[in-house]
Amino acid sequence: MTALKRSFDLGLVLCRTCGLAVSRASLGMDLSCPRCRGRVAHRTPLSTEMTLAWLIAGIVFYIPANLLPVMHTSGLLGDADSTILGGILEFWHSGDWDIALLIFVASVAVPFTKFIAIGLLLLTVRKNSRWQQHQRTVLYRIVEFIGYWSMLDVIVVALTSALMQFQVLGTAEPRPGIAFFCAVVVATMLSALSFDPRLIWDQRV
Amino acid sequence: MSAAPTPPSEEDLPTPAIKNRRWIPRLVWVVPIAAAVIGISLLIRNWENAGPRITITFLSGEGVQVGKTLVKYRDVTVGRVSAVGLSDDHQTVLVSADLSKSAETLLKADTQFWIVRPRIGVGSVSGLDTLLSGVYIGMKAGAATLGEHQFIGLENPPALSHGPHGRELQLHAARAGSLAIGAPVYFRQFQVGRVIDENLLSDGSTRVTVFVDAPYNGFVKPVTRFWNASGIDVRLGADGLKVQTESLAAVLAGGVAFDDGPTEVVPAAVGMQADFTLYKSETEAMAPPDGDPHYVRMHFAQALRGLDVGAPVEFVGVNIGSVVAVDLGYERQDKSFPVIVTAKVYPHRMGQAYAVLAAQGHTESNETLAAFVGTLVNRGLRAQPRSASLLTGKLYIALDFIPASPRAAFDASSVPLELPTVNGTFQQLEAGVGRLVKKVNDLPLEQIAADLHTDLTDLHETLSALHTRVLPNAEDTLSALHRTLDSADRTLDVESPLQRGLAETLSESRSTLQAVRELADYLDRHPDALLRGRRPQKVPERPAAASSEAKP
Repeated sequence: MTALKRSFDLGLVLCRTCGLAVSRASLGMDLSCPRCRGRVAHRTPLSTEMTLAWLIAGIVFYIPANLLPVMHTSGLLGDADSTILGGILEFWHSGDWDIALLIFVASVAVPFTKFIAIGLLLLTVRKNSRWQQHQRTVLYRIVEFIGYWSMLDVIVVALTSALMQFQVLGTAEPRPGIAFFCAVVVATMLSALSFDPRLIWDQRV
Repeated sequence: MSAAPTPPSEEDLPTPAIKNRRWIPRLVWVVPIAAAVIGISLLIRNWENAGPRITITFLSGEGVQVGKTLVKYRDVTVGRVSAVGLSDDHQTVLVSADLSKSAETLLKADTQFWIVRPRIGVGSVSGLDTLLSGVYIGMKAGAATLGEHQFIGLENPPALSHGPHGRELQLHAARAGSLAIGAPVYFRQFQVGRVIDENLLSDGSTRVTVFVDAPYNGFVKPVTRFWNASGIDVRLGADGLKVQTESLAAVLAGGVAFDDGPTEVVPAAVGMQADFTLYKSETEAMAPPDGDPHYVRMHFAQALRGLDVGAPVEFVGVNIGSVVAVDLGYERQDKSFPVIVTAKVYPHRMGQAYAVLAAQGHTESNETLAAFVGTLVNRGLRAQPRSASLLTGKLYIALDFIPASPRAAFDASSVPLELPTVNGTFQQLEAGVGRLVKKVNDLPLEQIAADLHTDLTDLHETLSALHTRVLPNAEDTLSALHRTLDSADRTLDVESPLQRGLAETLSESRSTLQAVRELADYLDRHPDALLRGRRPQKVPERPAAASSEAKP
């Protein structure tokens, strides 16, 4: 791998919009492509910083998302506010373990995995680690891929609220928790997006 | 370009434009900061809104579910059960509930909690919604000032859970009758409140707590009388059959009615008193106050079938008391069994008479009253059982002046007072009938019957003589008479020879007369015929025609 050269080594920077190769002379500055006015950067500027910021925002939002109720159902059998974890437990106790598992994976496991994965990537990049560079790249792709699956919960609440409007018999309304959960998903997706995976490979093996 | 990639000289490459906007990406830090601010503000708000956690002790936790069972005040959710557990001695259930911040001020030392379950009573059905939604914990705010977080739950819901405006009153009665909690309270047949509690006091009497809703509580005045309107009041007394009811609901569930008492006995204003007497009936409630009863005793030397306990005692027709006991005594001297009747008498019921007597000082003490009764007895006051109604055969005791009554001894110092008696009117009637029967008995009926029998025999003989001797002669006479009449009849018949002869004679005499008239006529026209005789022409024709006409 030592023989492989990066564009940086060749004194080149590629415009990611129009593919124009430009000189890396003014490295470190905020540059724009002379042809398409797109952003030209050797590495996404402040990538780790932005990733970290979004990651922290996601984690902070994750707390109220779990504590606050996400949905309010009312009907003949009474009113109930349900939180994400409460709903999972309810499904689990009522025997619908498959649905419980699905919701658990989508709304608890995935965000958690993302927090840990992005945190790990950030940590290793900051430490200029050369550890498991291939696997870390795969991890990054997984994080990018699973990001939007966390929206499952939001969609469930949106659909239920839209469909379950039977007045006296039963109504469902969203509660603030789901907005926070939505914010968690968006923040983690933006966090993953801000991360420049090239940073993983900046340390020569 | 060569096969091996060589870095192009920097001059060959275009130089990117420099834009100094490095601060923009750093704006991203606004996001986590904002998230943190939102999160912290939520926490603060949550902490601020966190209400008190209370613990309620119940005997049973039936239907209470953690996280689901709500605490409601006036049907508004103010909290939720957070834990259910047993007490240390396992005798009670401890229900913990988190209340909202706004409910904190409702928590007083006497705030009441109870579990709302469906309840079906005679008068009302409540808590039906809990059939579907499960139980909830009801709450009634107290009035005490002390905040409290430990409560003992009620096993039964209080009758008034929402503290409506009105007035709570305590009614005292020997018996509550058929009253039930929730039974209506009526004012002139309008429901204005309800019974909210019933207690058996330590002295055995009952205390009924009623609540009169605003604005009707203004009708409750110091002179107000309460009475039991429970069920159907059917009484078969000396006054006949009486049926009384306030409303159909009261028939089923019982009820209390009230109205203004007699206004002439308004006591001094006692402010907002909350204790009243619950009378048994409207008549009893509306009666003027009776004052203290005086007991009298009467010995009757006759059976008093139909005299019940509670039968009225009337003084000159005015009901002044009632019989409290009918007992059988034994007189050793004459070995008789007199009926001893004890009655209570309310002198106050004598109305104006009592007022006059009081003014004269006769009612100052028992002694003066007894002395006064003694004078009345001397004037002929006697107790007498009388029939109140022929239909029911019930008796009442009449205290009346019977002038012809023999003098009776009266001991004014006896307690209770002994009133002399006379036998009842019905017994006098009985005696009269007895005397009548005796007189009838004394009649010489057999002698009369024997005489009558002899007379009848004589009559019979006379009649038989008449039959055998007189009647046959009469028959002969009648048949002779019949023959006579028969011959007369035959004589007078149209076809009889006498008749026919008579008719021929008459016919001949007519012809004769005709001939005489013709002669006269002829002579009239021919007077000379007397001398010359008849002229022969055409004259003989006419008499011939005339006779031929008369013949048939």
